[in-house]
Amino acid sequence: MDKILKAHGSGGKYTHDLIKNLFVKHFCNDPLSELQDSAILNFSGNKFAFTTDSHVIRPLFFPGGDIGKLAVCGTVNDLAVCGAKPLWLSCGMIIEEGFEIANLEKIVISMQKAAEESGVIIVTGDTKVVESGSADGLYINTSGVGVIPDNVELSLKNVQPGDSIIISGNIGEHASAIISAREEFNIETELESDCASLNSLTELLIKKIDTIRIMRDPTRGGLATTLNEFVENQKFGIRVFEENIPIRNEVIGLCEPLGFDPLYLANEGKLLCIVGQDDANKVLQILRSFSIGKNACIIGEVIDNPNGRVLLKTRIGSDRVLDMLTGEMLPRIC
Amino acid sequence: MTIEKSDSMNYIEEYRDSKITRAILQEIFRHNKFINTNYMEICGGHTVAIFKHGLRDTLPANIKLLSGPGCPVCVTDISFIDEAIELAKKKNVIIATFGDMLRVPGSYSSLMKEKSTGADIRICYSAMDSLKIAENNPDKEVVFIGVGFETTAPAIGVTIKTAKQKRLQNFSVLSSHKTMPNAIRALLDADEVAINGFICPGHVSAITGTTMYDFVAKEYNIPCVISGFEPSDILETILMLMKQTNTGEAKVENQYTRGVKKEGNLKALEILNDVFVPIDIKWRGIGLIPSSGLGISRRYSEFDTRKKIKIDLPLPKEISGCICGEIMRGVKTPKDCTLFAKVCNPENPQGACMVSAEGSCGTYYRYMPDMKK
Amino acid sequence: MCLAIPMKIIKIEDNLATAEISGAKYKANIDLVPDVKIGEYIIVHAGFAIEKLDEESAMETLRIWQDVADFHDNREKR
Ligand code: SF4
Repeated sequence: MDKILKAHGSGGKYTHDLIKNLFVKHFCNDPLSELQDSAILNFSGNKFAFTTDSHVIRPLFFPGGDIGKLAVCGTVNDLAVCGAKPLWLSCGMIIEEGFEIANLEKIVISMQKAAEESGVIIVTGDTKVVESGSADGLYINTSGVGVIPDNVELSLKNVQPGDSIIISGNIGEHASAIISAREEFNIETELESDCASLNSLTELLIKKIDTIRIMRDPTRGGLATTLNEFVENQKFGIRVFEENIPIRNEVIGLCEPLGFDPLYLANEGKLLCIVGQDDANKVLQILRSFSIGKNACIIGEVIDNPNGRVLLKTRIGSDRVLDMLTGEMLPRIC
Repeated sequence: MTIEKSDSMNYIEEYRDSKITRAILQEIFRHNKFINTNYMEICGGHTVAIFKHGLRDTLPANIKLLSGPGCPVCVTDISFIDEAIELAKKKNVIIATFGDMLRVPGSYSSLMKEKSTGADIRICYSAMDSLKIAENNPDKEVVFIGVGFETTAPAIGVTIKTAKQKRLQNFSVLSSHKTMPNAIRALLDADEVAINGFICPGHVSAITGTTMYDFVAKEYNIPCVISGFEPSDILETILMLMKQTNTGEAKVENQYTRGVKKEGNLKALEILNDVFVPIDIKWRGIGLIPSSGLGISRRYSEFDTRKKIKIDLPLPKEISGCICGEIMRGVKTPKDCTLFAKVCNPENPQGACMVSAEGSCGTYYRYMPDMKK
Repeated sequence: MCLAIPMKIIKIEDNLATAEISGAKYKANIDLVPDVKIGEYIIVHAGFAIEKLDEESAMETLRIWQDVADFHDNREKR
């Protein structure tokens, strides 16, 4: 592979290989090689989480959100799933010449609203304007810093066979909303992006539950890819039950004709966590007390054999492998 | 669950109900005579459904399912991909294609690679979308990559007819459409594998009708059952085949009655016969099969890319070691390929069978736990 | 080999139907199935309706299997 392809940005295997074989190889340092959603940094006795995320999305406004809300929530979530309390965000904007200022203001207002709701402040920023035609309207980069409470130690090392896998709600709705908002597919749905900040959920979980092993937000590459990230090079595997995975009918309806699989569709406001089996019901209760967690479900369990793999127990009752996303998802005829 | 028509039905979920699939499985075990039996699913769509729902493991051990040559991407000859790539390199050409074709490797490149170096390649969900592209880009030639079997060809036929009505000057189709009957015959005449029954493609049959398999039952004495694509459809088809096997019969039966009429879709066949003519065409892995392809008929030759644009083809170069062809004929499985999961994987596919969502190699790679080690 | 999905027609304009599957509304060309009506089901492949779905036989298939399932259920209970 000698050129960057779209698939390198899709969050699947291409992305992983690029990160490993290029960035980690050259930047090479301890916090980075953990490859967490945020880097965990120790500084004068305190633990911080630090993360950055660039947002490129078309259309800029979509049902359930816009690029601004997405940029704030995305970064807040990357911090939150590391167990941090998000505090400060930056905002870097790359704007195409000719962009409507009214639209820019809408986006900025939406960022501020999302920031307020997540309890963070946007403390620094940068603006670059590029020639018309060299950017797709607007790109936003946000970085964020959060503090991690002393006793919090989330790590895949703590995962044990028998642990429960929990998702905070219906999957695939962000990607579905985006697909139906795009003209070229000519699809109408009432689906909205699930774009939301997860820090209220994660902060409460960490306070109340001792056996939270690890948390993630399954964005690009979807649930299947995040589950695979959990088991990669580990001594355990995961089995999820097709029947228990919450998916709205409309999402399935949208996916079938295009040959897409909801398990690989991006989410922007879902929490996926591994917790001790005995605490699973308590976790569900907590998640379900939030409106964005009302459809939370236990979808699977940690197994010791086979390790390093995700199995899906189909509704018919047989196990099959659930792999990472490979390549970009394209509408297909066969 | 009682079965009554209701608004929440979608004719998909109902056929995935585990109560029903379990019941059919019990029937399959009840009818099992413990004789080793090979049933071939011709259609890649069936292969995927079988793996996705984990059907193989649920069947009795003496029933083996073989994957056949029914994936339009996999059977496309490498020189056709080369042709599309050469067109994509031309400055005044926009390629419109189904997403499936993008990653298929040609001799030296793929459409995906050409796209990343600036070729104008657009992905369409419907062939009609390509007409819009042509209307919006009057100074460019829009070439639609026509692949697919009898199911897809009528749609491309409608698209070409519409282009004619609209008097579009800058639209054409590079046709590599294929038809099933003679391919099945070639497979049977090669006589390389024992096939005790065919799971026949439901959506091809929706167009062609059920009689196109008569020769398989009559001349080759092999049972055929036309099947839908949901788990309970496929299991019922296997049960129907078993019953024929058990009694020594060979006839054509239709499991997919909700989608397939005996006579097929007459309107679609009329359009197919108007816009296309049978031609001899090369199938990857099988070779040239007489009257198994669809060329654009003389009435519509102004929409035939090959009549409009001169294409210089590089010498085709097959990937050495790739055994896609034998896999497609059911002679080998991906397990027999030394490149599988080593050099060849979905990110770096060596053959079309690894690219296509329906290809045997891709399906094995995605769904078979112990193959990658 | 051909991904095709049943959808219910909810609107027809000329040769273009709006067809729905579980709440997702797609556009489908109906030139190949000219006599379809609103409320009927079509099988859609790559943006084209390739055939009408016969609801009677669809229900029939399901009913037969339901009976077999019930039969097995009862046998297990006994
Ligand atoms: S694994 Fe790859 S190289 Fe081997 S037959 Fe399949 S596509 Fe060809």
